[in-house]
Amino acid sequence: MKFTCLCQGGGFNFPPCHILNVSGFHVLFDCPLDLSALTVFSPLPNDFYKAICKENSDSQNRQKVEKPLDANDLIFAEPWYKTVNNLHLWNVSFIDVVLISSPMGMLGLPFLTRMEGFSAKIYITEAAARIGQLMMEELICMNMEYRQFYGAEESSGPQWMKWEELELLPSALRKIALGEDGSELGGGCPCIAHVKDCISKVQTLRFGEEACYNGILIIKAFSSGLDIGACNWIISGAKGNIAYISGSNFASGHAMDFDYRAIQGSDLILYSDLSSLDSTEDIDQSSFSDDNNNWEELMNSLSNYDESVEEMEKLAFICSCAIDSVKAGGSVLIPINRVGVFLQLLEQIAIFMECSSLKIPIYIISSVAEELLAYTNTIPEWLCKQRQEKLFSGDPLFAHVKLIKEKKIHVFPAVHSPKLLMNWQEPCIVFSPHWSLRLGPTIHLLRRWSGDHNSLLVLENEVDAELAVLPFKPISMKVLQCSFLSGKKLQKVQPLLKILQPKLVLFPEEWRTHVSFSDVTSFSVSHYSENETIHIPSLKESAELEIAADIASKFQWRMLKQKKLNITRLKGRLFVNHGKHQLLPENEPGGSSQTRPFLHWGSPDPENLLAELSKMGINGSVERCMTDAESEDGFTVKVQDPEKSMIEVRAAVTVISAADKNLASRIVKAMENILEGI
Amino acid sequence: MAIDCLVLGAGQEVGKSCVVVTINGKRIMFDCGMHMAYNDHRQYPDFSRISKSCDFNNAIDCIVITHFHLDHIGALPYFTEICGYNGPIYMTYPTRALAPIMLEDYRKVLVDRRGEVEQFTSDHIAECMKKVIAVDLKQTVQVDKDLQIRAYYAGHVLGAAMFYAKVGDSAMVYTGDYNMTPDRHLGAARIDRLQLDLLITDFDFHGICLVFQFTFCKCYNSEIEYRNSLFIDYAAAVSDTVDYIIVSYLISLPCPEMEALAFGLRSTYATTVRDSKYAREREFLKAAASSVLHTAVASILSFVVIIVVHKCVAGGGKVLIPAFALGRAQELCILLDDYWERMNLRVPIYFSAGLTIQANMYYKMLISWTSQKVKETYNAFDFKNVHNFDRSLIDAPGPCVLFATPGMLTGGFSLEVFKHWAPSEMNLITLPGYCLAGTIGNKLMSGNPTIELEGTKIDVRCQIHQLAFSPHTDGKGIMDLVKFLSPQHVILVHGEKPKMATLKERIQSELGIKCCDPANNESVCIPSTHYVKAGASDAFIRSCLNPNFQFLKSGSEEKSVSGSKCTEGTLPLWIKDERVAEGILVLEKSEKAKVVHQDELLLMLGEKRHEVQFAYCCPVNVDELEKFTTTSLTPTARMLRDPNKSSLIRLLVAKLSRKLSEGNIQDFGEHLQVESFHLSVCLKDTCPYRITNGLEDKPRTAFFCCTWSAADDKLARKIISAMENRDLVET
Ligand SMILES: [Zn+2]
Ligand SMILES: [Zn+2]
Repeated sequence: MKFTCLCQGGGFNFPPCHILNVSGFHVLFDCPLDLSALTVFSPLPNDFYKAICKENSDSQNRQKVEKPLDANDLIFAEPWYKTVNNLHLWNVSFIDVVLISSPMGMLGLPFLTRMEGFSAKIYITEAAARIGQLMMEELICMNMEYRQFYGAEESSGPQWMKWEELELLPSALRKIALGEDGSELGGGCPCIAHVKDCISKVQTLRFGEEACYNGILIIKAFSSGLDIGACNWIISGAKGNIAYISGSNFASGHAMDFDYRAIQGSDLILYSDLSSLDSTEDIDQSSFSDDNNNWEELMNSLSNYDESVEEMEKLAFICSCAIDSVKAGGSVLIPINRVGVFLQLLEQIAIFMECSSLKIPIYIISSVAEELLAYTNTIPEWLCKQRQEKLFSGDPLFAHVKLIKEKKIHVFPAVHSPKLLMNWQEPCIVFSPHWSLRLGPTIHLLRRWSGDHNSLLVLENEVDAELAVLPFKPISMKVLQCSFLSGKKLQKVQPLLKILQPKLVLFPEEWRTHVSFSDVTSFSVSHYSENETIHIPSLKESAELEIAADIASKFQWRMLKQKKLNITRLKGRLFVNHGKHQLLPENEPGGSSQTRPFLHWGSPDPENLLAELSKMGINGSVERCMTDAESEDGFTVKVQDPEKSMIEVRAAVTVISAADKNLASRIVKAMENILEGI
Repeated sequence: MAIDCLVLGAGQEVGKSCVVVTINGKRIMFDCGMHMAYNDHRQYPDFSRISKSCDFNNAIDCIVITHFHLDHIGALPYFTEICGYNGPIYMTYPTRALAPIMLEDYRKVLVDRRGEVEQFTSDHIAECMKKVIAVDLKQTVQVDKDLQIRAYYAGHVLGAAMFYAKVGDSAMVYTGDYNMTPDRHLGAARIDRLQLDLLITDFDFHGICLVFQFTFCKCYNSEIEYRNSLFIDYAAAVSDTVDYIIVSYLISLPCPEMEALAFGLRSTYATTVRDSKYAREREFLKAAASSVLHTAVASILSFVVIIVVHKCVAGGGKVLIPAFALGRAQELCILLDDYWERMNLRVPIYFSAGLTIQANMYYKMLISWTSQKVKETYNAFDFKNVHNFDRSLIDAPGPCVLFATPGMLTGGFSLEVFKHWAPSEMNLITLPGYCLAGTIGNKLMSGNPTIELEGTKIDVRCQIHQLAFSPHTDGKGIMDLVKFLSPQHVILVHGEKPKMATLKERIQSELGIKCCDPANNESVCIPSTHYVKAGASDAFIRSCLNPNFQFLKSGSEEKSVSGSKCTEGTLPLWIKDERVAEGILVLEKSEKAKVVHQDELLLMLGEKRHEVQFAYCCPVNVDELEKFTTTSLTPTARMLRDPNKSSLIRLLVAKLSRKLSEGNIQDFGEHLQVESFHLSVCLKDTCPYRITNGLEDKPRTAFFCCTWSAADDKLARKIISAMENRDLVET
């Protein structure tokens, strides 16, 4: 078994990407896009004229002199999308299985599936696939604006991709565009057909549903709690279970909680919840030793609800800031980032407005919002306990259903929708894509409000705010940055692993200093780093075999005294089915029920042989054979009675020569009595 | 190993499904239903048979409920809150959401309207539901370390599931009620091909799932009706576009026939149609049919219902549809609402108070559990033409459609409305297919023109329409499922004994699967699968997975497969890949049993293999050999002068291949080989294996030195006999 980390990713929107080689199959975990790299591109200019001017002037403006970045340093072109670079070092046709853990982990898929030779089976949870598809469609829709503006690409690739042009980029941007080692930047936006094709290759799963790959691997998804449909994976085969833990959240206000009980007892854990590193807090190492095995304590430390309270407080803070802004006459722009947080914010803001008896419209401007909002109200199976209770009591799963009906929330596909223009009212609160501030309605609204010091822009910490707002400078709008959990907190890592009881854990190298396993003896730990292949020892030395009772009932046991072993011959048809090896009876039973052994060992002794022979009424004499150098231990028994025959015994073989087959078989019996065999 | 199956309800009867199954020490209760026809102890399963001491928490590991119909869940609050069962209860999300509404509705009917003593309270229902763990389809749920369950889509009603249960190596499926063909707003049952020891299947689910289901039509009114129903079954089985076929078929029929099919089952609609009416009817039906064709969930059933309802309101009549809180009301409502839209009808559709529009909220959230067709329609269950009904509207003028509880006119609001509407010929009452004996619904079905209610006589002059299904799909559906799953055993429940007998016979004779139909409180024990577990070494697995091709000469007995003749030169090569795994199972004290390849065993033992072989230097008379081969290949004289080894071998091969029926003789020129039997010409003067005396001097004798391993002794002896010409004597 081999494991290679292709990319450690970066936060919620850019999950890690790995490749695992198990049972001869290559399994790819996630295929994300690094959308933060979009910031190197300039948002669409406000009007055409400005752009024309730029077109003529920007080449001269760019110099190889480092100065503070300004909006003109950005690339003025249809954006390219940054995929996981190391993935391109692999031959896509070698990938057998792709497991997608979240909608974000899916965004790079159309880039992969459109490559020649791609034939892997893709597994995604039903909800993640649907949400991921909507996200892709939205991305394409937003990218369309660029394409219409800049026109279709030249066949030789975009102008800015030329080396001379890239050389001119300021170093900060060049690093984003090309990575540390200056390698290539992803590719152009896929089209709807690519997405359709990609989705058609996907097999969707429900939580806990078993998918069987090639009869050998059983693949199951379990909730990770990170976002709706996000999951961890268990791959089981005849040689043990492997759990893949992605960013996981113990207490979510929207998605079903992290189902860690389901991954209990896995032999190997691929620990890929890398996002919490950003929120590094020093942990009291002493509390994590093997002595601390109080189960209940461990469980409690995992499932305390502090986290969800904290998350709710963050939401409340955003809401109160938003209320303050609108009270002061400003508008609020909240780029849609995480689906779950977005839905929760909608509910919370509505409650806050109710409380402060404000009548400010909430607009959602997105080409896929209507579908997304309708969909999220039909998926109780994917949501947290509190939401499921709403189903049981007959209330909508999310409050937006009611709010839309009451016309407190208005949903429009685009900024130029006629209905939006008729409805438009300021101040207002707007949710729209994209969080990179380079795509979608956000750009237009940001331009509109950036000069208003009463207005508010809400960004996540993961976004480089300085770079993100660069093209909108000067900006007097307030910018609120907040962070939400993208995974487990570091202090929960050890208690969790203790509860999961694996044999081996693969852990990121970066974390070596933060989480120490020196005191832990119940499992071993290997550390992995990016682009380095780790060989994983076999989890079990033998595969589990199930032998049908029909075969077992016909066992003829033989006791080997000197070794204290019982052995029996085993015969049947081997089936590899649903991750299991099964030995079932042969089709034609009783056809060749071989009762005599045909594997022998031991060294026959002439005296014993003569004795055995005489018991059967066969008499002969021993002749040592001295002629052959290699058969030093050998001897020959010449039988005269009852019939002339010969037994030639050498170290590894005995040759019996008898004309009469009955006599021959009696001699074999005698041999078997002095040899061991099965 | 065995599976023990105790039938507490629905054994050779219809109603109160409840089966307790014990698999490898784990005990599962499947369904916990009530019998609606009884008011005494017979309405609940006899739980005391599970545990004499009534310690149900230790006696049962979990309860599994298949769907929200009362004959499958009705006794659950009683069992948990009165009998004290506290363990886990599993059901699907929709069942978890809808069951409390069903139970509450039923409780209300009993207590508020019929004045009976309640067996459980609203609090009991709420408390009971807290013990429920909702499951998703296909989700493998680990109840405990050893017990695994999984739900599969069953159609029938929203959230209905078949349940798979596995303990150790033994596995079973309990179906509950299911539909094998897509129907109304739900899809067809879907299940994986599973290895099963036992399948427990409901028999009579189409006929009488007590509350809403549609009955069998006991006899056909005409030959045509019978033929038509066959046609529909056939269409339903072969095509997804069944609705299209049916509707176009109906339209193509002359009208009386069409009516015989559409309304003939038990409709008061005229069986003889006057000529003047004929054309008008036909136009109406055509328009209606094309509209139904476009509704999201059209089927033959919806076609009939919608047209009957439309005809009534078109004539200014009022339509009463008695229904229970969930299920049929929503189903019909989707159809009517959609049809109303398309036909631009303004006649109001009402829901009575018991049938809150709230219930539709559930259906909206659970839309992923409906059929593909409904899923694709954006806002099914978002009814535009449906309003809440007010008591004052009962006697309001003008047509309307009203859904009212309870379903069988057992009392309550639907009965109250019935009293007002029944005397008018213009009105219509649409009854569910099955109405319990003694209910007003049942009396109406048997054609009673006057109904006595609390001393007053009601003259029933309105039209009565009863929903019905054609009968033989049921047996077919069950047969299809049994055939698909091919379990070791089948147990039939939820059906009357005489009706189940035929199917039982068919399952046994046609499918060769053991089948039984135990009575209530009977216990059945069936053997179950058990595997012996062992670790298998890589070398063993590899040796099994390596292809083990055997190339067989195409013998004369093989029949030409495609009918094309095989010429001499292109004899097909028959390839057999029998992968028979052979290994050695090793049991060491205190260690897990292990299967190894035989080479590995020797390594484990630190021993070397000692082969036991046979050798024999066989004398053959060359004259004989040549005589046998009639067409001499080489002149005898030349051969003796020059004892060419390969020509001798060739002669022998020719002889042996005529005499031997088995084995594949391979001629290598210098030697020949059959399995482990190896033969070469022996030119030694004194061969140690030449043990037969006195032949050396005989002229024209050639010697062939043969060796073989013990395993092929039989074959070798045959070959030698043939060579020595002793075979003729022996055989
Ligand atoms: Zn039912
Ligand atoms: Zn010889």
